[in-house]
Amino acid sequence: MRDLPFMLDLVLAVLVVVGAAFALVGAYGLAKFRDFLKRLHGPTKASTVGVGAVLLASIGYFAAAGKASLHELLITLFVFMTAPVAAHLLVKAAMHVDPRLRPPGGPPQESPAGSDAKLPD
Amino acid sequence: MNLLATVLPWAAGAFTIALLLAGWRLLRGPTLADRILALDTLYVNSVALLVLVGMYFGTAIYFEVALIIAMIGFVSTVALAKYLLRGDIIE
Repeated sequence: MRDLPFMLDLVLAVLVVVGAAFALVGAYGLAKFRDFLKRLHGPTKASTVGVGAVLLASIGYFAAAGKASLHELLITLFVFMTAPVAAHLLVKAAMHVDPRLRPPGGPPQESPAGSDAKLPD
Repeated sequence: MNLLATVLPWAAGAFTIALLLAGWRLLRGPTLADRILALDTLYVNSVALLVLVGMYFGTAIYFEVALIIAMIGFVSTVALAKYLLRGDIIE
């Protein structure tokens, strides 16, 4: 590890700690909660923020070391774009397997492609 | 004083515990969707862990690994969810 200016060091350390804490809490929620939708709630939010904070810290660290690269930014963009899509697909799959998870009065069983964005009021 | 170097091993430990919790849910999870969700959490946390390792050793090599794990993890999550949804991956 190289020596950094104190303020930058502090900011990066806080980012890393916040990211680790969020990821830990999210995974704890994944292990602890009782039904699938509650379990989905933990990691989808928390680990996205956790990875985002760690990647921000990494961007700062490598920019300060003079080795700034686009890799971290690529990973951040990729994770932030794909995590909600994956969570949405998981909910759809879980609702398909277990219809009791559906909200009461929700959208119809098999909606035609492109019109399944209608939510109950 | 180097705060970041002090904090990095603890953060790696926290991510490892998160991996273990997700692994427990992967082995335990009552439904298939739970197991897919646990795999999803596993790969997201392992990406963060690899980035931490890359920072600790000051090398940029791990970013390529993290990027590839992120891509393959997303594709596999989508494929597994699609399999649950349709009973088929490529229709």
